[in-house]
Amino acid sequence: MRIKKLLLGMVALAALAVAPAQAAWEPTRPVTFLIPAGTGGGADQMARFIDGVVKKHNLMRQNLIVVNKAGGAGAEGFLDIKGSPKDPHKIIITLSNLFTTPLATGTPFNWKDLTPVAMLALDQFVLWVNAESPHKTAQEYLNAVKAGADRQYKMGGTGSKQEDQIITVALERVTGGKKFTYVPFAGGGAVAVQLVGKHVDSTVNNPIEAVAQWKAGALRPLCLFDAKRSTYTDKVTSTMAWSDIPTCKESGVNVEYQMLRGIFAAGGITKDQTDFYVNLMTKVMQTPDWRTFMEQGAFNPTVLTGNEYRKWVETAEKTHFDLMKEADFLHK
Amino acid sequence: MGGFLVVLSPFNLMLMLVGILLGVIIGVLPGLGGANGVAILLPLTFSMSPTSAIIMLSCIYWGALFGGAITSILFNIPGEPWSVATTFDGHPMARKGRADEALTAAFTSSFVGALVAVLVITFLAPLVAKFALKFGPAEFFAVQFLTFASFIGMGKGSPFKTLASMTLGFALASVGLDSVTGQLRMTFGTAELLTGFKFLVAVIGLFGIGEILGSMETGLAFTGAHARLRLNAVLETWKKLPQYWMTSLRSCIIGCWMGITPGGATPASFMSYGLAKRFSKDGHKFGTGQIEGVIAPETGAHAAGTSALLPMLTLGIPGSPTAAVLLGGLLIWGLQPGPLLFIEQKDFVWGLIASMYLGNIVGLVIVLTCVPLFAAILRVPFSIIAPVIMVICAVGAYTINNAMFDVWMMGVFGVIGYLFNKLKYPLPPMVLALVLGDMAESSFRQSMLLSQGDLSIFWSNGLVGTIFGLGVILLFWPVISWLMGMARQGKTA
Repeated sequence: MRIKKLLLGMVALAALAVAPAQAAWEPTRPVTFLIPAGTGGGADQMARFIDGVVKKHNLMRQNLIVVNKAGGAGAEGFLDIKGSPKDPHKIIITLSNLFTTPLATGTPFNWKDLTPVAMLALDQFVLWVNAESPHKTAQEYLNAVKAGADRQYKMGGTGSKQEDQIITVALERVTGGKKFTYVPFAGGGAVAVQLVGKHVDSTVNNPIEAVAQWKAGALRPLCLFDAKRSTYTDKVTSTMAWSDIPTCKESGVNVEYQMLRGIFAAGGITKDQTDFYVNLMTKVMQTPDWRTFMEQGAFNPTVLTGNEYRKWVETAEKTHFDLMKEADFLHK
Repeated sequence: MGGFLVVLSPFNLMLMLVGILLGVIIGVLPGLGGANGVAILLPLTFSMSPTSAIIMLSCIYWGALFGGAITSILFNIPGEPWSVATTFDGHPMARKGRADEALTAAFTSSFVGALVAVLVITFLAPLVAKFALKFGPAEFFAVQFLTFASFIGMGKGSPFKTLASMTLGFALASVGLDSVTGQLRMTFGTAELLTGFKFLVAVIGLFGIGEILGSMETGLAFTGAHARLRLNAVLETWKKLPQYWMTSLRSCIIGCWMGITPGGATPASFMSYGLAKRFSKDGHKFGTGQIEGVIAPETGAHAAGTSALLPMLTLGIPGSPTAAVLLGGLLIWGLQPGPLLFIEQKDFVWGLIASMYLGNIVGLVIVLTCVPLFAAILRVPFSIIAPVIMVICAVGAYTINNAMFDVWMMGVFGVIGYLFNKLKYPLPPMVLALVLGDMAESSFRQSMLLSQGDLSIFWSNGLVGTIFGLGVILLFWPVISWLMGMARQGKTA
């Protein structure tokens, strides 16, 4: 036994001696890429797109295996990766449910159980109404909500006690105590269609979920929940580009919200292993395919890694806790 | 019809063939559904042109639709959720040695369903796309209600047993995350129950394993073994099919409607079966191996599966899980699904539609030529085939979520299925509640949120009122037909 250990130690030493000349750590078997959401949604699209880019440009010797673990608002996926600490062959893409799921359902999980790798982008939210709605600006619409009966206006959104409903609650701060009737649907595409069909009065769809209907003249964007306007200036409709949508703050509605699209690896992996994934994601983000993808979905292409990323996540967790506490969404 | 020129290039034809074959295999293996199959292959298509990519992926989809019927009929294991209703009569036919007939009927009616749906898409696309917009939560609930109503009275035995079975299905469907409140229900703190009971795991267990347990008891005699090999079975069956045109037509309408709204292929197959049973003159014989009982669900499922692509293309809402994955693919290839796709990407759209025609024809030829081969599988002695089926079931259950827990669940459901058969509790109501319970519950609660608790939302406009009214009529059909019978007797007396 002791001899075996000794031998192993010697081999390790020998390996160390050679190591600096070679590239650092690399996966030795296929890497599982978890998606804590269903097929067809925003996170799913992005993860499968990354997989496609990695394969197309040969960025990795081993394969990525993309697996959806959507159960319990993503809790299934998070518990899966939490359950394999120090496994360098497992990564996960996250959305806001990284914070909202444990807070709302009490699932025993926190982002600190994982190793932050990189923020790929921030997904935007836009306040949309039907193109035939009389409300031309966010201010007008929210004034109408204020003047109307309580719960008269209906907000459609994806899921319950998740980002869409959190934004809705935040909007209710400026409606003078009048509430929206929030109606949860299963997916973002369905939400946009419900608005086109006038079954709800407004939505806070992500750009990619509603852009087709906007292009076709069925929906009208009122404001963007970001501090600054979008940087994409190519015309989407005949008259407007993403950059022409005012921020909500500009329209007198002081609400900001963006959703993390980031990568985490299993907890407790080494620096070398983390660096491999940081490099991989950086390479993905340098491809022209990625830039097109970002523009299509009007993403805010903010990229963070290392300590900055960790700090951002910490702040975001605090923000979600406060928002959800205020809305009484916390698990009791 | 420039679309056909696009599709008829040798490269695209090859992709079509590959897609169909892969799809059939995917459909045959339970658990590895069309959605998973397409998702796995999606990244491979990024280097192709969007048109070639969608041809291959949609052919996988057609293949899976065809393939799902094979195991349902031969082994009572539905490869896909929408083939569950096919087992009700398809498997009894196989047990009577008429597997080749059942398969031919299934494949042919799938083809007919798909063809009608493509014709609808080709000629009525802009019209029907608008129709889907009228569907809010209340309309969806009305449709789901109609599905349940058309299925009440399915069981041959006591209505209370049907009710018990359905209620158990609802209870199982409610486990997991409640999408309306975002709370976990009945998970008792276990991580495995977070996802709830997966429909396919339950179905593989209830039907596949339950069947094997039952057969073991009857002395390892799989009664399909005496199936004769008839090479002209296809032609023989084709001669019989035209007399069921009414069932076929009804199922086509139901299927197209369910695909477009989008209700999905699974409810379409159940509803088609339920209505065929109700309106057929041989209705009381359903479940014992009626060829109509195969035609109805297969036509409905395929019509719905095909027309589900229409709302995906024109509205960006997927009508089925597979369509959802294809939708992701469209975005990655740089296409924006939506009302403008038909105008901006003519080549792509008409290429896809042409591939629907050709893909289904190619698919039909492939699967029909294999009918004698599939039927011959039943000649293998049960003691050899049973372990193989068990393994396929276990692999299938595992594949759904890569979880060992699901394999154990499958076993538990197998025992439940066996007990249900022994105690003469009907399985279909439970399965129906399991697959639709979730959807019906959220549509109902969404409607209640919208109307602030006012039930009148279900007859607030002509559309929802009509669907709901039909549902109520169907629900009380046994009573109505009894009353009508009484009235007629009264007159003659």
